[in-house]
Amino acid sequence: MDSLVKKICAGDVRLASRLIRDIEDKLPEAKAKIKKLYAYTGKSFIIGITGAPGAGKSTLTDALIAALRKKNKTVGVLAVDPTSPFTGGAILGDRIRMQRHAEDAGVFVRSLATRGALGGLSHAAGDAIHVMEAMGKDIIIVETVGIGQQEIDIINHAHSVVVVLVPGMGDEIQTMKAGLMEIADVFVVNKANRPGTNQLQTELASMLNLASKNGKGWQPPIVMVGDAFEPGAFAEKIAELERKIEEHHKYLIESGKLTERMHRKAMAEINDALSACLLEPVIQKLASTGELDSFAEKIKSRKADPYTVAEEIAKNYFIRQDKK
Amino acid sequence: MPERKIRVMVAKPGLDGHDRGARVLARYFRDAGFEVVYTGCHQTPEQIASAAIQEDVDLVGLSCLSGAHRALFPKVVQLLREKGASDITVIGGGIIPEQDFPMLYEAGIKAIFTPGASLDSIVEWIKTNIKPH
Ligand code: B12
Ligand SMILES: Nc1nc2c(ncn2[C@@H]2O[C@H](COP(=O)(O)OP(=O)(O)OP(=O)(O)O)[C@@H](O)[C@H]2O)c(=O)[nH]1
Ligand SMILES: [Mg+2]
Repeated sequence: MDSLVKKICAGDVRLASRLIRDIEDKLPEAKAKIKKLYAYTGKSFIIGITGAPGAGKSTLTDALIAALRKKNKTVGVLAVDPTSPFTGGAILGDRIRMQRHAEDAGVFVRSLATRGALGGLSHAAGDAIHVMEAMGKDIIIVETVGIGQQEIDIINHAHSVVVVLVPGMGDEIQTMKAGLMEIADVFVVNKANRPGTNQLQTELASMLNLASKNGKGWQPPIVMVGDAFEPGAFAEKIAELERKIEEHHKYLIESGKLTERMHRKAMAEINDALSACLLEPVIQKLASTGELDSFAEKIKSRKADPYTVAEEIAKNYFIRQDKK
Repeated sequence: MPERKIRVMVAKPGLDGHDRGARVLARYFRDAGFEVVYTGCHQTPEQIASAAIQEDVDLVGLSCLSGAHRALFPKVVQLLREKGASDITVIGGGIIPEQDFPMLYEAGIKAIFTPGASLDSIVEWIKTNIKPH
């Protein structure tokens, strides 16, 4: 076995975090390393936690870590926060809520910035998951950035998706039917001691009722989580949440849906890898020769349209390949 | 080729609750284009060192206004060394009397900034002295 692979499989946090960074920074050697690591990935159970900004995703993640550690599960966490589109910098603040686990060798928390990715994650998320899988984490929790309705890349990575909602946003559910509401395997109504909780719960339940009429299968349960600052009741609710996630995991296995999801995930991985190995080099080359700018100029002045430009680039690129 | 992004951590060791400076700094670092992990207050040196390694940061910035820097700052450096991460630079700031500078430098703190230090000078120091891993 390759020595890097050996060390990462043995749980070397330094090397693992550095490799995740190489992936984020798109270093060419990162890809080669992931190739070697890939055979050792795919054995962890992956939980996605998503929902609006400030919904309480990190606080729930922290509590889930604690619950899973009580069962002696090792946990990896990828916590994604937004990159500033203006400066390229980012404040990665999810970790604040999870710092009590910092000294626990069974927990590895790594923050990621979105770096321009629009799906609620980072381009590095997929491979960062692979690294944590190779480290042998039993469970990997992926916290997305605070999202709206459509930033749902998480479904291509997680086995179970937890959608966190909070009361008091009016009749949001009506308008949130698409996207976010459809990807939930488990709903959490968080801060469920606030005004509007009953209404949210009723709306959610009736939405789920309508949806369930067209068949059996998994019914996303709703877990009402009260105040994080009432430790006893909160811990009970987190235990319930953990049970529901586990039930969903069992359901996936027993119904055969797990293989379906793995297939979908593999397709998404091919898609990502293909665009990384085909598209990115072309764009980089065009950018370095200045062609990209001159194409942009042509489109700007309406001397050309983007489709023709794309076709021309595609043609050139493949002719070049043929001649070799 | 995309370049390496500088990753830094801003941490508040000990019981000190003065977090305004740390927050201001975190925001300013973001605006300078760094990726900034903020740990919040009340961190033990052990938590800080272990988080710095998990996050693969190039620099740990410790902020302390309570007077406990003499014990806490060197401890973080020592722990990073013990964990094989002496390549992570540690700097500090806050209410730090000048007579403490020598012992902190001696302990491996690479720079110290006190009230009135301009944020630009801090960013400048980082850009000059930190080469991303
Ligand atoms: C605002 C303030 C408070 C606020 C804090 C609000 C908050 N959330 O931050 C409140 C009112 C809560 C408070 C409370 C107390 N305070 Co007070 N407080 C201050 C005050 C007036 C300003 C601090 C501040 O925010 N400055 C603005 C920020 C931007 O500056 P800064 O943090 O110094 O950061 C700059 C530099 O130091 C440097 N820097 C700082 N950290 C870092 C880190 C890195 C990595 C780098 C590179 C640079 C860097 O860069 C920044 C930019 O220049 C100072 C006096 C002073 N002039 O500093 C006293 C002061 C810090 N407080 C003091 C005291 C004693 C207290 C209390 C104990 C009072 C009491 N008896 O209850 C409590 C304790 C609170 C606690 N839990 O720890 C003393 C500390 C004495 C000491 N160290 O010997 C001071 C110095 C006042 C004094 N002269 O006595 N305080
Ligand atoms: N009242 C109450 N506040 C909570 C609860 N859970 C979290 N909060 C608070 O809500 C705020 C946001 O919590 P986070 O856990 O950081 O939320 P998040 O969804 O991770 O936020 P982003 O990652 O920024 O999108 C914090 O101030 C928490 O203290 C809860 O159950 N009840
Ligand atoms: Mg969060």
